[in-house]
Amino acid sequence: MSDLRELYQEVILDHGKNPRNFGPLPEANREAHGHNPLCGDKIALHVVLDGDLVQDVKFEGAGCAISMASASLMTTILKGKTEAEARALFEQFHDLLTSNEEASLDQLEALDKLAVFSGVRDYPLRVKCATLGWHTLNAALDETGETVVTE
Amino acid sequence: MSSAASINTPSFDIEAIRKDFPILAETMPGGKKLTFLDSAASAQKPQAVIDAMANVYGHEYANIHRGVYYLSQIATDHFEAARRKVQGFLGAAHDREIIFTRNATEAINLVAASWGRANLKEGDQVILSEMEHHANIVPWQLLREQTGIELVVAPIDDDGALIWEEFENCFTDRTKLVAMTHVSNALGTVTPIADIIRTAHDHGTLVLVDGSQAVPHIDVDVVALDADFYVFTGHKLYGPSGIGVLYGKEALLEAMPPYQGGGEMIATVTFEKTTYAELPHKFEAGTPNIVGAIGLGAAIDYLATIDRAAADAHEQALLAYTNEQLAGLNSVRIYGTAPQKVGLVSFAIDGAHPHDVGTILDHEGIAVRAGHHCAQPVMDRFGVPATTRASFGLHSDYDDVDTLVSGIKLVQEIFG
Repeated sequence: MSDLRELYQEVILDHGKNPRNFGPLPEANREAHGHNPLCGDKIALHVVLDGDLVQDVKFEGAGCAISMASASLMTTILKGKTEAEARALFEQFHDLLTSNEEASLDQLEALDKLAVFSGVRDYPLRVKCATLGWHTLNAALDETGETVVTE
Repeated sequence: MSSAASINTPSFDIEAIRKDFPILAETMPGGKKLTFLDSAASAQKPQAVIDAMANVYGHEYANIHRGVYYLSQIATDHFEAARRKVQGFLGAAHDREIIFTRNATEAINLVAASWGRANLKEGDQVILSEMEHHANIVPWQLLREQTGIELVVAPIDDDGALIWEEFENCFTDRTKLVAMTHVSNALGTVTPIADIIRTAHDHGTLVLVDGSQAVPHIDVDVVALDADFYVFTGHKLYGPSGIGVLYGKEALLEAMPPYQGGGEMIATVTFEKTTYAELPHKFEAGTPNIVGAIGLGAAIDYLATIDRAAADAHEQALLAYTNEQLAGLNSVRIYGTAPQKVGLVSFAIDGAHPHDVGTILDHEGIAVRAGHHCAQPVMDRFGVPATTRASFGLHSDYDDVDTLVSGIKLVQEIFG
């Protein structure tokens, strides 16, 4: 139970239930879709990119608590970041979820509120849930126009 | 909560059966006892199957139908004995009507590719049900791309049962095949397969039955049913993975062209012309899953030691108990409430995604399936992306259900 609470922290449950920045964004100039066919999670990500600055970001979709909370927290942290900063953040976030070693305090600080996902490390099957929004962000920034599929 | 042991069905020695499955003694991470409720995905293996397979590899293994030496002869004997066990299990008239495949999926693909391409043309219709597994949908879609056939889908009602009048209305003078599951893997529904076959035959239409979820629960007699094709996979029947069965009526199989070319399926080969082997070898190109077939035969032998009527009574009592327990929980909905069901319960918990449910249950040592169960049209029918599915095996008992119910309460506590 205690380690389950580490995975399903209050912040995650809250964002899973009441995702922030959820809805359409008509003025978006970057869009991408993400899909996890295994569990059916789907995300549409809308980004307003001004030069290389993420000015606004919203998402729509349905899925498990981990994928929804991750996308929600991602949108709250991205605004005002440069494209390069956003990509670097995903790399750090990905390391947090997949590294064999506990994250250092510096790393956790850099990740700010994303650190609540550190519990996912113990559930390798759920890493793709936690990264669906981020993979979709990369696709939006890359302008691939293809649906991102995590499996 | 009722105590487990006291209400186990008498005359069915569940404790003895549980001892036949060594994996049930395994401890899951966190020190939890294993509660295995995913037999519909793949059944666990009794020791008898494990031993039979280890014995072949350890003492009696060689390639079959090739060597002139002792080991090849006994491996061949065991392999062909397994075929006769499957024949007896299905009540088929001849062992040459039993084709070994990799799984049920390959068996259906074999029929679609071989019988389908030889017999169906543009505009011909194949009737499927709305509750088919993807394995009984996609091969027909591939055939549709190649030949221009049409697929007609017989709908199900809110309980997940076939709507009989709608099914009857699916038939036209262009209907050539009904491809229908015997038991739905996502809902547990048992279809009225005997009536389906009789009705199809009245319309001059052949029937392929996907029996993968049926054979672990229901005694099947393909001759009494008059099934034209009946397929199942070995790993859901307590046998190994990688072995499946196609039963086909001899006359149909005789007339069908080979599915794959290679060794084993030939009589003579020259670069000008090849003649094919007799049934069943015509459809078994290449070295088959020798030990898999023998393992499947051992699983059938194992099942023969069990009183199936008692096992069925136990399973139905367990299913009723599960329905009752879940009905006592708030905000749990069951998908698949047809009157005829096998021991399988698909459900959703309000406010908790099946994937999260699966993770939390796993934490309690409970193995369930969370997802679309390779039956996305069923999920669409009920308007859900996925469900959580608990499915029983021979070894399932009341403790398993009680543990599941506790796990669901934990989910509700976390997501409440």
